[in-house]
Amino acid sequence: MSEKKEKEFVLETNHLGIDFGGLTAVDEFNIGIGKTEIMGLIGPNGAGKTTIFNLLTKVYEPTRGNIILDGKDTHGMNPAAVNQAGIARTFQNIRLFDKLSVEDNVKIGLHNHINYGLFTGVFRLPKYWSEEKKAHEKALELLDIFGMADQADVRADSLPYGAQRRLEIVRALATGPKILLLDEPAAGMNPSETEELMKNIKKIRDDFGIAVMLIEHDMKLVMGICENIAVLNFGKVIAKGSPSEIQSNPQVIEAYLGTKKENA
Amino acid sequence: MNNKSKNAFLNYGLVIVFFVVFQALLSTGNISSLLKGLLVPMTAYMILAISLNLVVGISGELSLGHAGFMSIGAFTAAFVEGVILNNIKMEGPLSKNLGVQILIFVISVIVAAVFAAIAGFLIGIPVLRLNGDYLAIVTLAFGEIIKNIFNCIYISIDETGVHISDKNPSLDASFAGKMILEGPQGSVIKKVSIFAAGIILLLLVLIIVQNLVNSKAGRAIMAMRDNRIAAESSGLPIKKYKLMAFTISAAIAGAGGALFALNSTGITPKQFDFNASILILVFVVLGGIGNMTGSMIAAALLYILPEMLRELDVQKYRMLIYAVLLIAVMLITNNEKIRALAGRVFKKKDKVSVKPEAGKEA
Repeated sequence: MSEKKEKEFVLETNHLGIDFGGLTAVDEFNIGIGKTEIMGLIGPNGAGKTTIFNLLTKVYEPTRGNIILDGKDTHGMNPAAVNQAGIARTFQNIRLFDKLSVEDNVKIGLHNHINYGLFTGVFRLPKYWSEEKKAHEKALELLDIFGMADQADVRADSLPYGAQRRLEIVRALATGPKILLLDEPAAGMNPSETEELMKNIKKIRDDFGIAVMLIEHDMKLVMGICENIAVLNFGKVIAKGSPSEIQSNPQVIEAYLGTKKENA
Repeated sequence: MNNKSKNAFLNYGLVIVFFVVFQALLSTGNISSLLKGLLVPMTAYMILAISLNLVVGISGELSLGHAGFMSIGAFTAAFVEGVILNNIKMEGPLSKNLGVQILIFVISVIVAAVFAAIAGFLIGIPVLRLNGDYLAIVTLAFGEIIKNIFNCIYISIDETGVHISDKNPSLDASFAGKMILEGPQGSVIKKVSIFAAGIILLLLVLIIVQNLVNSKAGRAIMAMRDNRIAAESSGLPIKKYKLMAFTISAAIAGAGGALFALNSTGITPKQFDFNASILILVFVVLGGIGNMTGSMIAAALLYILPEMLRELDVQKYRMLIYAVLLIAVMLITNNEKIRALAGRVFKKKDKVSVKPEAGKEA
């Protein structure tokens, strides 16, 4: 990462916060993510990590602060508009389109890049065939990142757990984002699958030239691929920095272990 | 893709076979007059079942007011027929003028679909803000509202044009026009639709619905059904697609209603009450939610069954047998063992098991 790129943020938040009734779930969340940066968001359970993803994607409307995506304030946008503006995400509890095929799941991600209208679709005019062919090829190409092209016709809910997580990433990628938010991408994966996933996240970043922000409990993954890490506890950022800085930060250790002990 | 188009063509084939069989019976005279009279309404209900399946099965919203859209189509057809017959000069009775019949049928179906679509769109805007049970209740209410509106509208036609009123003009001694819609008494209709026309309409509806399901819009509609939050986060404008599905479904219901009306000698608003909505829903549920083939078969069988029982000695117990059969079918189709048996007999190709991966999850 060159110095210059670091300063050009694709996503920036200022004083972002949300209250649920009297409870402040997230407060004073300030962060900037470079154009091709991989950033980790870690913290104990209930720290507000997923809430931040929900704020960034407008599943929740922030109580305070603003979100700047590629220089534009996302204020007033709904989740669909935010996605079209360039934020794609996956979910902690997998949310696939269960009854549709793997390929159709990816094609739904490609939705806004397929150019034909209702009439063309219903009466199958030539444009339907050419656009669907393009979408089919693109979907297979994207699935191939994770070597899933041969499972294109399988129903999404019959995939094994790890493959479902990978499909979610492919679907998010299909929407053509500038930043990809991954919510516990390695959850439920074994070490070798996690290893593979780390490689693929890096590959996606390099091939697509996009930023990645990920929530993860697997510290090997987080420390292995993140260039920067933000640590969250009780809705507040308690530390920011490179993996080595975070590992030696006493506040982080306290948040995770409760007392000041040697990091195991 | 391949499996989907295979399925679609299977349905077209089924409809054509259905037509050929009954048309052969009709032309050889091997069909009872009762069954003969049921063919077109049966086709109309098949169309209605497909239309409701688009909302319930594809879009995943429970609608209990579908007969409302059917009635809009039916009364629109009655109106269009009245206007056309008033403005056209023909020699001999309508039954001898095939050209006029086709004209009435085509225009009625198109106008009925458009009117029902407009109603569906307008009702859809507030209704689709709701979800699940609430949406079902509100659609039920709208179905009843539509019925009651038709119950108190009087439409007449004379030399000066069409008159719409909330009072019955024929009670007036000076009334010289012709009534098209007479409040609770409904409309008198000159029969124009024939079995072949119904089948053509059914095929067209099937093509539209199946092509829609396999297009970009259809995928978006099903994505909303499977996971609303994920659909939104994938950049789909979900309100637009929900409304689109509801409007298209209403339009098809309107076309089906027009077909139904034009085959009868008269329709009344009471025919399109809550029971009619439920009847259509039963076709959809029994045929399998989201399954177009099933909807058609269920609609055909369940529409004919109670009428056929009328002919048998068991007359008295007709509705009892119907009810018991419904329960039996529901129980049988939901029985794990019977389903497993059916699964072995008709091996489904679209449920290919996933290859076990190397190093699967913990």
